[in-house]
Amino acid sequence: MSQDFTIPSFKLPGVLSTIGAHLPQWPHSLALATALNVAARVGLLPADSLAQLADRSFVIEVLDAGGVASFTYRDGLFRPLLTVPQAPDLCFQANLSAFLQLLARQEDPDTLFFKRELSIVGDTELGLLVKNMLDAIEWPPLPRLSPFQR
Amino acid sequence: MATRKIPQLICPAGSLPALKAAVDHGADAVYLGYRNDTNARNFAGLNFDHKAMVEGIRYAQARRCQVLMAINTFAQPGRFADWQRAVDGAVDLGVDAVILADVGLLDDSSRRHPELRLHLSVQGSATNYEAINFAQREFGVRRAVLPRVLTLAQVETVIRNTSVEIEVFGFGSLCVMNEGRCWLSSYATGESPNTVGACSPAKFVQWQRSPDGMATRLNGILIDCFADAEPAGYPTLCKGRFEVQGETYYALEEPTSLNVLEILPEIARIGVAAIKVEGRQRSPTYVAQVTRTLRAALDELARDERRFSVRPAWQAELARLAEGSQVTLGAYSRPWR
Repeated sequence: MSQDFTIPSFKLPGVLSTIGAHLPQWPHSLALATALNVAARVGLLPADSLAQLADRSFVIEVLDAGGVASFTYRDGLFRPLLTVPQAPDLCFQANLSAFLQLLARQEDPDTLFFKRELSIVGDTELGLLVKNMLDAIEWPPLPRLSPFQR
Repeated sequence: MATRKIPQLICPAGSLPALKAAVDHGADAVYLGYRNDTNARNFAGLNFDHKAMVEGIRYAQARRCQVLMAINTFAQPGRFADWQRAVDGAVDLGVDAVILADVGLLDDSSRRHPELRLHLSVQGSATNYEAINFAQREFGVRRAVLPRVLTLAQVETVIRNTSVEIEVFGFGSLCVMNEGRCWLSSYATGESPNTVGACSPAKFVQWQRSPDGMATRLNGILIDCFADAEPAGYPTLCKGRFEVQGETYYALEEPTSLNVLEILPEIARIGVAAIKVEGRQRSPTYVAQVTRTLRAALDELARDERRFSVRPAWQAELARLAEGSQVTLGAYSRPWR
């Protein structure tokens, strides 16, 4: 049962969320929207699922870092939202380590949900669509990162 | 050295990466479905379109892993042709078997595709050998998936009285132990696995943050409220907490996952043909973790049954992935009978 690297579960110190929450949030939103547009452009995101995201507002909240990214999808592009909507269509909340573990396919989103490390608020069906869309992505093989190898 | 024939390992594939994870980690077969209501995991964004289906089947079969297609919902009035098309598509794609529940569809498929291997789905709810032998006699069913209602001794009785292969569940979220006959989702939402292909469909589910924790509502009905850090389960009525005679508790069933590791030698001894892993709705990560754990256990059992013991690492890995973060032997072990 070996994996090339593992991301440990951790929680950032509380002071970071306080500082983070006072920093401008638009850079996160811009970075995330840009990354999603790249993924869409190279065909990693299926067109039929993308169409169902049109004009919906999304918020990703990294609890222990105090960071919030918000974006929407319109006319074939992910666009950052400069002000975080009060009642987005969908909001995912988790600590940084949980998001990293999800991205690295080290943890299953349902497992994190059962353990209460990931919460989904808003339109549940939209949440399921996004979750399944991310699960269906065929990531190119990760480079072997020697510092993380066991 | 005592070696014995061990059950096949049947793993879930809700997406192409999940299918590849199952194949790469030692599944003997994967099961999958179309992106529509012909299968009981008809969730937004899940399952296979034609292109992914072709690639998935090719990937699995090239690595000597069988592909079973679940077409296990009940044909809805006026739309029988949709289910026929699904079966025809499975034949064209060259799957190794289809998993059906609807008696009408079983009959139709056995007539139009006599060469097609038919499995009776758990949703078909055949819990005794008479029902299974009927499906064999009438439709030529080759394998039946048993609902999770029988004790191990009852499973053995079924196997002794039928020549149909028997598949049982080995790991995954538990139903209310009434598969194929459950009305709870229909009662709350008007939709069910048998009709639309989803239990407690997501469009009816709402999670709300409150000062007490997280409240779960299904079509407006409050079914549970979790304190912070309290393990959660899927938002189905059967796993809700209800007030019964002044006490609020899991009145029907706790959120939990079935795990048969402990009784794997007995399952092999009584002649179970295949062990199924639940979870087409889950990620490639889950599929990889469960498949490699059960593969390791089955391989060890095949090497030497007398020296088989459940490794703590296997149990820990499976418990971690379980719904409600706990596992059970379910109906297999029922000491109170």
